Amino acid sequence: MSEQIISYPNQSALQVDERREDRRNLLLMAPALVMMTVVILVPIGWLFFMSFWGENGFTLEHYQRMSHPGYRLTFIRTFQISVLVTIMSVLLGYPVAYLMTKSSPRVASIIMMCVLLPFWTSILVRTYAWLILLQRRGIINGWLMDAELIDRPLRLVHNMTGTVIGMTHILLPFMILPLYSSMKAIDGDLLKAARNAGATPSQAFRQVFLPLSVPGLAAGIVVVFVLCLGFYITPEILGGGRIVMWSKQIQNAVTLHATWGPASALGVVLLVVTLGTLWIMTRIFRINRFLGGL
Amino acid sequence: MAQFPGPVPPESRLKGLWLKVLVTVLCVLLVAPSLVVMPMSFSGSKFLQFPPEAWSTQWYDAYFASIEWREATWISLRAAILTVLVATPIGTMAAYGLHVSNSKLATFIGLLLIMPLMVPIILIAVGVFFLYARMGLNNTLAGLVLAHSVLAIPFVLITVTAGLKSYDMNQELVARSLGANRLKAFFNVTLPQIRLSVFSGALFAFITSLDEVVVAIFIARGDSSTLPRRMFSFLRDQVDPTSAAISTLLIVISIILLIVNLTLQSSEKQEH
Repeated sequence: MSEQIISYPNQSALQVDERREDRRNLLLMAPALVMMTVVILVPIGWLFFMSFWGENGFTLEHYQRMSHPGYRLTFIRTFQISVLVTIMSVLLGYPVAYLMTKSSPRVASIIMMCVLLPFWTSILVRTYAWLILLQRRGIINGWLMDAELIDRPLRLVHNMTGTVIGMTHILLPFMILPLYSSMKAIDGDLLKAARNAGATPSQAFRQVFLPLSVPGLAAGIVVVFVLCLGFYITPEILGGGRIVMWSKQIQNAVTLHATWGPASALGVVLLVVTLGTLWIMTRIFRINRFLGGL
Repeated sequence: MAQFPGPVPPESRLKGLWLKVLVTVLCVLLVAPSLVVMPMSFSGSKFLQFPPEAWSTQWYDAYFASIEWREATWISLRAAILTVLVATPIGTMAAYGLHVSNSKLATFIGLLLIMPLMVPIILIAVGVFFLYARMGLNNTLAGLVLAHSVLAIPFVLITVTAGLKSYDMNQELVARSLGANRLKAFFNVTLPQIRLSVFSGALFAFITSLDEVVVAIFIARGDSSTLPRRMFSFLRDQVDPTSAAISTLLIVISIILLIVNLTLQSSEKQEH
């Protein structure tokens, strides 16, 4: 504030007032903060502690166990699936968001409904729907057999294929929404200018539109990738026990083996990777706005 | 494309057509899986064929006749309503506090309050499970509501913050300068104008609780299972159309909430 250079006679009184105001605002946030602390921060702090705690006090053994082949397979699986699902979401989500910005408001709002309906539908319900569609005697195999394209049902579910299909469907709205909000902000005149300057439509798209849509694209990629890392329900149902992702590994450690050490170490690494990815990507692409807008 | 100067070359019109076909297919793919469940829930046989060969409401009968399903539904509904009642005022208060606060601490607090969106849900579930074991809150409604409220607060915070951004705070200042105290100014001037965002936040809180599975797997076992938690265990054992019937009910709730929310948004736009 530039006015503060001028010294008011009652400046100190104003400052006291302002401090009182700040305290009151903090008080308004207090209930939410207390709840976050009790339910999120304290347990995570405790997980952090447990991950370094062995029978004889401080230890790194839980982290050393992360190199065990069983765990390594889980990490590789999780990253494979996350990368695959993210790529699929970009390939499928970009055209949808692009056409939404190019359509009339009416068509755009119809497409938006198609994006929002799954967004509001329970993940469990959508996963179940894919189970029905993809199973051995499911709809898709039925249609393919009727059309005589295949003579034996394809194995579409209880494996990686089913997991990736289901997760892509569930996460697609998280790609489309930030993409659309960044594409909508692109000034259409820039594309006209590029065309006037002699660019072909595809040149104008590649050299003007695409670079301008990068912040939304980056936001979508980060959100989808990070959500993939911690996914639980869909791999559990569509993976049919064969696909053990990171979250499942943590649950196994807790409920099957009742071993809190490895479980908390797995948890801490997952948290660090998740928050690290978010932090680096927001720094590089300045995408706070889009993350907040979700 | 028509706004570009000059005639549109035919090959780009063809490309536009391809794009439209692709997007139509994708839209169908986005919506169809949820819709396919609905006819299957009226199937006359135990096998999930599409379209079903015979029709019946036996799976709805099975759902309504089962004490376990009814009990789980009742727990879910109570948890969702209580979550709305807890998360909406607390989230709204926090959003207001963040909005009017100038301190640097506020940004940090804001980040802290949307933590549940960033922390993997399994960690929240495991952490809460351990915490509740110490506090004796596992398998209680109070514990479930507390956990669900924490998950719902970020959504309330984000929607109400968006509402406050399009509201002119000077109106509240005017009310206060005319003699209303802060609380009165908020309830009589500010709240009526951001009520649609608050309501939309409440809807988010409701659906967050109603659809939540992972935390419930850990802290709502046995007799205190929620509907989605019971459905999750049920699904792993058998693919029986009872799940289709329950899914249909959940989808109908989602559709209603989505339509209400869209209506809220469009009437908010008209107000401004």
